[in-house]
Amino acid sequence: MAISDVKEYTHLTEDEVDQIGRELDQIRADIEESRGASDAAYIHRMIRIQRGLAAAGRITLLAGTQVKETRKPALALGAGLLGVAKILENMEIGHNVMHGQWDWMNDPEIHSSNWEWDTAQPAEQWKHSHNYIHHQFTNVLGYDNDIGYGILRMAREQKWSPANLGQPVYNALLASLFEWGVALHDLDVERIRKGKKDPKELKRQLRQVVRKGRNQVLKDYVVYPALAGRRWKSVMAANVAANVTRNLWSYMIIFCGHFPDGAVHFTEEEIADESRSEWYLRQILGSANFEGGRLLHILSGSLGFQIEHHLFPDLPSNRYPEISEKVQALTAKYDIPYTTGPLHRQYGQTLRTILKLSLPNSWTSSDQPEPPTPPHDRKRRGDDERPSRRSELGGWSRSSAQARG
Amino acid sequence: MASTIPWERVRRSASKLTTPLHPDDYLRLLNPLWSARELRGRIEKVVPETEDAATLVIKPGWGWRYDHRPGQYVGIGVQVEGRFQWRSYSVSSPPERKRGTITITVRAMPEGKLSSHLVSGLEPGTIVRLALPDGEFVLPDPPPPRMLFLVGGSGVTPVMAMLRTLDRRGTMPDVVMHYSSPTQERMIFREELEEMERKHDALTLHRLHTDTDGMLQLSDLDTICPDWRERETYACGPSPMLDAITEHYEENDAADRLHLERFSLELGGEGGEGGTITFQNSGKTVEVDGATTVLEAGEEAGIGMPFGCRMGICHTCTLTLISGKVRDLRNGDEYDSPNEPVQTCITAAVGDCKLDI
Repeated sequence: MAISDVKEYTHLTEDEVDQIGRELDQIRADIEESRGASDAAYIHRMIRIQRGLAAAGRITLLAGTQVKETRKPALALGAGLLGVAKILENMEIGHNVMHGQWDWMNDPEIHSSNWEWDTAQPAEQWKHSHNYIHHQFTNVLGYDNDIGYGILRMAREQKWSPANLGQPVYNALLASLFEWGVALHDLDVERIRKGKKDPKELKRQLRQVVRKGRNQVLKDYVVYPALAGRRWKSVMAANVAANVTRNLWSYMIIFCGHFPDGAVHFTEEEIADESRSEWYLRQILGSANFEGGRLLHILSGSLGFQIEHHLFPDLPSNRYPEISEKVQALTAKYDIPYTTGPLHRQYGQTLRTILKLSLPNSWTSSDQPEPPTPPHDRKRRGDDERPSRRSELGGWSRSSAQARG
Repeated sequence: MASTIPWERVRRSASKLTTPLHPDDYLRLLNPLWSARELRGRIEKVVPETEDAATLVIKPGWGWRYDHRPGQYVGIGVQVEGRFQWRSYSVSSPPERKRGTITITVRAMPEGKLSSHLVSGLEPGTIVRLALPDGEFVLPDPPPPRMLFLVGGSGVTPVMAMLRTLDRRGTMPDVVMHYSSPTQERMIFREELEEMERKHDALTLHRLHTDTDGMLQLSDLDTICPDWRERETYACGPSPMLDAITEHYEENDAADRLHLERFSLELGGEGGEGGTITFQNSGKTVEVDGATTVLEAGEEAGIGMPFGCRMGICHTCTLTLISGKVRDLRNGDEYDSPNEPVQTCITAAVGDCKLDI
């Protein structure tokens, strides 16, 4: 069932909803008040570790492959180091810096306005498609382009078409080529297909993607292999392995954020007159956490705290564990569902939904507690049809087509 | 140009290996000074000058050109509780590349958390951020044949850079210096100035200890330095002192010989007209009057505005003005070209405008 009113769904009174909003605002204020040297030290340490791993991986691959005896272990070790470095950079560092989690440090080297990450998508487009579209319109059908990324049918309200039969294949392709799927995400293929995209804007975005993607491809598949001389094939294979590892991992983590059972969808009636407190509630109901140790959380960019991240996208990620305790106490107090579970179960549920929804609704049963609402038109909204952005989501800016020439 | 030296080219080619980062982003992990992305320096020594003032000897990292003009200031950014705070101080060392360091002299201000931290809380080895030298309060080259320095308290620092340059070059013209300080003990550079006075006949020093002898009466200038009207005058010190000096020079038709350095925001120009400021990224808008700076307006609207000195000298707060017009509150200069960088801490809206943040 897609929810049209969070208040009604959670059986809360208007006063209770407002009170929840105030308590969440207080959690935010407490963290903002206490940000300090140890938080700054955390992100600096992460960056140091990540760059160290990346350098170690590259050097291991270049040097270790030159001698026959060390070739195989060097390939495995180098690809592993590089893969972990890319995962850390994309998730715990890049994603979180671009949300503005570290802007408070007033350090232009670690700032959402100019951070560029180690993946094909230009930061500017990410900040639009993710910070604005996904975080503000989380799980609202027709507004949040992350519900299936325009490729997969992820809600029973989305109309079935025979093309959905291919979902298992599309899913596997999306997972292994995730970097490139993300790179094309903000172009909004669905609006292009329907002829609704401004061609000038499309051209500008494409140029950006090509420029960024070209540098990424050159680095991993031309320059580093060339430096390895006769061993270029080995280095190229290791770089492919590192990129694919990162793709599969980030795909899995991100799919566990909103698709496990329990994370619900919303209709556009919900956002029509949504208050800030109701926006908070929607974030809790539409997101899913997963459980794990500190290392797992860091490697997944703290997205195991998806609920906390959606409530406070711009608070430093190292504080999510303590925020989570407070949020869980709050949801328990007001009897609000709080979805979490071990990673394998969360992904298992996601995969089952992908497979089930490749078939028409009548062939399968719903895994959500309530029956689905009637099919929803799949029209996507453009920026001019959406409300303007909330500030806590982290910045994004569109350099105008004119300015870029 | 320096940008065509092979080293620059090497770094540019190396960026193919480090994209989307710069080679400097990795090199600075080996040595914190090996980065030109943001200018930085290492505190080498903290030399106490008086009980509340100290000289910081800073070794700048890559990208520093040692080309400041004597009298200019630099911005210094220090991380306090994880956050960079910026202030500007006059460089007290003469511009010389072979020294490999620059010095700034800081007095701990009562209530001045950052200045106290700089004087007593900085360990040698600390990495600080630097901003390029700036300022028009500089020693002309060649120096004027007759000069007068009117100095109060820590206002001595830019003057010291000028005197040291003149001393080092051996081109000391006819200089009279009046130096007010609360007590003898609090007089920064007391011994060095005495030394210089002994060495150069052309340098005359007039000291005043204001705790015991009262403030400088400008009518006394006629006795301290009878030909003051004919001298190029450089004054640096507390605002009330500078205001009094300005008035006195204007009354005596000598204002065109007076050069001032102020270390506080002086809103001399007219205000803006006010309007609606739009912050592009958040879509937030705020209605402001003509006296509110763009920075204050943004902070009021809850935007995470970058800021530094808050008085228009360090340029940390600079943002791009997408459209509209702002006015510099210090001098009335207006900025209205699309996508023009503006200093938010000293500008106010003239009509509606939009900023890129």
